[in-house]
This record gives sequence, C-alpha cells and structure tokens, in this order.
Amino acid sequence: MAPLLEVEHLKKYFRAGGDRQLHAVDDISFTLEAGKTLGVVGESGCGKTTLGRTIVHLIEPTEGTIRFEGEDISNPSKKDLRRLRENMQIIFQDPYSSLDPRMSVSQSIMEPLLLQGKLSKAECREETLKLMKVVGLAEDYENAYPHELDGGRRQRIVVARALALKPKFIVCDEPVSALDVSIQAQILNLMLDLQEERNIAYLFVTHDLSVVKYISDDIMVMYMGHMVEKAPSGLLFENPMHPYTQALLSAIPVPSIHNRKKRIIMQGEITSPINPKPGCRFAARCRYAAPDCAQAQQLEEVERGHFVSCCRCHEIKKAQAYQTN
Amino acid sequence: MVKQRHNSQSGLPEIWRRLKKDKAAVISMFVLLAIILVAVLAPLIAPYGYEVQDKKHPMEGSSRAHLLGTDRLGRDILSRLLYGARYSLAMGFIATAISAVLGIILGSVAGYYGGRIDNLIMRFLDIYQGIPMILLTVTLAAVLGPSLRNAIIALGVGFVPGTARLMRASILTVREKEYIEAAKSVNARDAYNIIKHIIPNAIAPVIVSITMGIGNCIMAGAQLSFVGLGVQAPIPEWGAMISDARNYMRGNPTLALYPGICIMLTVLAFNLLGDGLRDAMDPRLKN
Repeated sequence: MAPLLEVEHLKKYFRAGGDRQLHAVDDISFTLEAGKTLGVVGESGCGKTTLGRTIVHLIEPTEGTIRFEGEDISNPSKKDLRRLRENMQIIFQDPYSSLDPRMSVSQSIMEPLLLQGKLSKAECREETLKLMKVVGLAEDYENAYPHELDGGRRQRIVVARALALKPKFIVCDEPVSALDVSIQAQILNLMLDLQEERNIAYLFVTHDLSVVKYISDDIMVMYMGHMVEKAPSGLLFENPMHPYTQALLSAIPVPSIHNRKKRIIMQGEITSPINPKPGCRFAARCRYAAPDCAQAQQLEEVERGHFVSCCRCHEIKKAQAYQTN
Repeated sequence: MVKQRHNSQSGLPEIWRRLKKDKAAVISMFVLLAIILVAVLAPLIAPYGYEVQDKKHPMEGSSRAHLLGTDRLGRDILSRLLYGARYSLAMGFIATAISAVLGIILGSVAGYYGGRIDNLIMRFLDIYQGIPMILLTVTLAAVLGPSLRNAIIALGVGFVPGTARLMRASILTVREKEYIEAAKSVNARDAYNIIKHIIPNAIAPVIVSITMGIGNCIMAGAQLSFVGLGVQAPIPEWGAMISDARNYMRGNPTLALYPGICIMLTVLAFNLLGDGLRDAMDPRLKN
C-alpha cells in the first residue's frame, strides 16, 4: 500500500525582486504513513511553515511532486482541490488570528460543514456539538465569541474545525507555540488522543524541541529550506549526526544542576536564502566546515531510517567519540 | 475561569443591545430622530412659510408672534430653522450616500485586488485629494451653476477619497488575517470569503466614518452655502442662514446663533452616534 503522503523534491521559491529568488523550501522529500506524526523543526525562517502550507496548497509549489494516497496532487484542478481539502486540514499557529472574531464558537466550527453542504443545518449543529465534546469544549461555549475565551480553548475550537471534515492528514503549524506551557500539554495530549482514535497523520511544524520529541514518530530538521537530517524520534535525540542538529539539541535546557551539558554556540552569520550557492547552507556557521562542504550535499542513510545531509558526518562523529573517550 | 452562560447573539439585535448601553449615543439618536421628524413635518409645524415676510417687523427679537424673532426681511426664524433641517439633512444624507457608495466600491476593489489596480485607483485619489475641496466645488458650481443639487454632488464626490482610503486600509488588514486562509483551507470560495469574512470585519470603521461623515457633510454644505456656492436664497439652509446673518452679527447675534446651534447639535449627535456604533459593532469590546 502506498503511504498516505509522499513528497518528492518539493521546492518553493519566492520571487524577491528581479531575478532574485528566495529558496524557502528547497528539494524536500519525505513520506508519511497514516496515523503517524512527522515533526519538522528548525529555526525561524527555515521554511518549515512554507512547507506545511505548500502541501495543503495554500501556497502553490514551484516544483516537485506531492502524492496523497498514491494520487498526484501537485497541480490539482479546482474540483480535485475541493475534495482533497476534506482530507487535508491545517491548524494555524495563532488561535487569536485564525478565528473570525465575528463568528461564535459554533459558527466557526460549523463553517466547514456548511461549506461542504452535505448535511442539513440541524445535522450540522448536532455534529458541531459532538465536535465540541470531542475537543473538550463545554456546550455552554456554543454562543461565545473567541475573544471571550483563553488561548487553550480557542485552539480547541481550531482543532474542532479542522476535525469537522474528518481529515486523514493535518498540518499543524506550531499549534502550541502561542499557548502557555501548562495549556500546551493539554492541547498536545488532545491531539495525540485524536490521532489514536481517528488514525490521523500529522505534519507537526514547530521550533520547540521538547514538543517535537513528545509528539513525533519521525523528526525532520530543516535549515534554510534544506532538510539536513531526518530520523525516527528516539534515534535523532540519541545520535544526532548533522552539526546543525547537534547544535540545536545542545540548546535544549536541562532541568538539573548536576547534569551540565556543554552548549554548542554557533558562530558566524546566516547566509542569505536569496539565490543561495550550491553546497551546505550551514557551512558558514559550522565548526567543522571544510572545502568539500561547498559542493552539493547528498542525503545519506547512515542507519535505518536515519538520513543525514553532511559529507563529513562520519568524520565528525569519530572525532567526537575520540574526544569523549 | 468561572463557567458562564454565553447567550450572546450576532447581527443587528446584538449591535442594538450594546448600543443601548451607550447613553450619549442613545440621546444622540433621539435628537437625530427629532430633527428628522421636524424636517419631514416642517410644513405642518412651522408657524409661517419659510419665505413669508412680515414687512412691519424686520430684525426683531423674540416675541409672541415670532418665537425666535425675524430676519432682515421679516421672515420668521423658527420657521426657517424648521424648514432648514430639510435642506441640511438632505445635503448630509445624499452627499454621504454618494461618497459612501463610490468610496466603498473603489476602496474594496483597490484593497482586494491590490497590485496595479490598487496603484491606479489610489494614485488617482491622491491627485484628486491634492485639489482643495473648496476649489473643486467652486469649479463645479461655476460649471453647473450654484444650486442645492450641485452642492450635494460636489460634496459627495469630495468625500469619496476619504471613504475609499479607509475601506482599502481596512480590507488590507483583514485580507491578510489567518482566518481568511483558514476559510480557504475548508473550501470557501472567493465570493463567500469576501461577503462572509472580509466585509463584515472590514466595514465597521467605514460605517462609523459614514455616520460621522453625515455631520461633516452638513458642515461642509453649510460652508458652501456660507460662501454662496450652495443653496440659494430664499431656501433656508442653515449655513445659508448664517451667511445671511453675518452682516448683522454685532447688532443681532442671535440671527447667526440659532442656525449655528442647529448645525452644532446635529453634527455632534452624528458624531456621538458614530462613536457609539463603533463600540457596539466591535465584539471585542463587549460588555
């Protein structure tokens, strides 16, 4: 059986005036099985949000193929897109701006159902109340407006809205980064429960490494539009190969005074994503940069399911092992 | 958070419910209703016709026969004020309606489509706004001849850029909101998006500005009449009445004072109502 979602060599370039092109997403490939979660991490501006939006066709891709359940959806017709969107939904980062302030809770949740036009109004309302229950919103809030609710409840509305059409795949664009930490956990648990019940696959975009570790099956690390490393969640945290991933992981705070980790401080400037040169984009900030890094990097499968895009990763690993011994 | 019942509704009844809480707006609304009523019923309630002259008693203070006195031609001031409400309000409403329709259309088109169309419309309005309105009206009056109708046209066209600019700015901010994208992601068509999400969220400041615009139009109409480019004698528009009275300001200041008070009251009422509407139409300011 074909995986739920296959993305091959996906590229999204934005015109940046004249013949300058901003490479927001550059040659990304991955597959996602039904009911699994792929976490996408990277710093601000690395193209992770663009990736998510391109897959659900809120932005049109420049190049590459996207297959959903084996069907090529890179250039869908309007009709196909309508059908597709019932299967693919997106949860936005900020529940303060992704809900129409003039629509009540039930109106917001009902909107996709009404637009779909399969159910009568009464049935839509019934379904809405069910959805509210599923995401843990009390019925009392039916007629409340988003501004009357806190961030957690708002995000529950957004989740209910995304679930309304019973999608198989949801892009979660930093769904918890605008929330308080205590509420983040509630929403994450809700999403995990829903995944289990409904077998939904998530593309979970975030910059928060502890969140991504908690929720993902696979993790993809992006740097300036490139995928630098991709591995099953545990493997990535145990054995990060790419220097960027190592630096990123070293930045996770450890809540202990004894177990002091050495933080890798990155030097140098971020190179411009506009008309970038071939080769490793991290080289300018990399401690291990060598002349070879100026050449286009190949993705190498270093162990099962663990892909790294760094020509020096083995050398680096050896050197690091030598240092610690 | 305390669990609470949310019985809020949307739409007009909700706006009305919240507007009722604003005392100034409610009072203004009654004042305006009274003025409109007066304008409609002027022939019934005015003690005299607006051009009827009492030649024996020109320029007199209040008396039993003329409650607010007479002007230099012996015309009853009260009657002229009552009739004047018709012309001043007509000027305000019609001119504002013209500017609102043109402004909303131009602003929406510029804001929604953006790019070259936006540039074209907005640069045209820039140039247009560069010409002082009074000059524009003088030219229009010179070409079409000074009359109530032409004053209204001039005012209406004159207020278009303001409305258009506001509508455009408002649409620009709403268009970029995530809930518009969210609606797209659940298969909302463009037309649905514009009608259901963009306009309801963008229109509030425009409605407020239109309400206040009526007041401004009355004021500008009064100015035009004052310089003789608007309503012509003997029609008793308030601005024209002040203009008539300006030569007698020292001897008989009430002549200018009464129409002045009328203009002030009306404009103030429109502004306060506009203020109240702005608050009532924003669900974020609720309760």
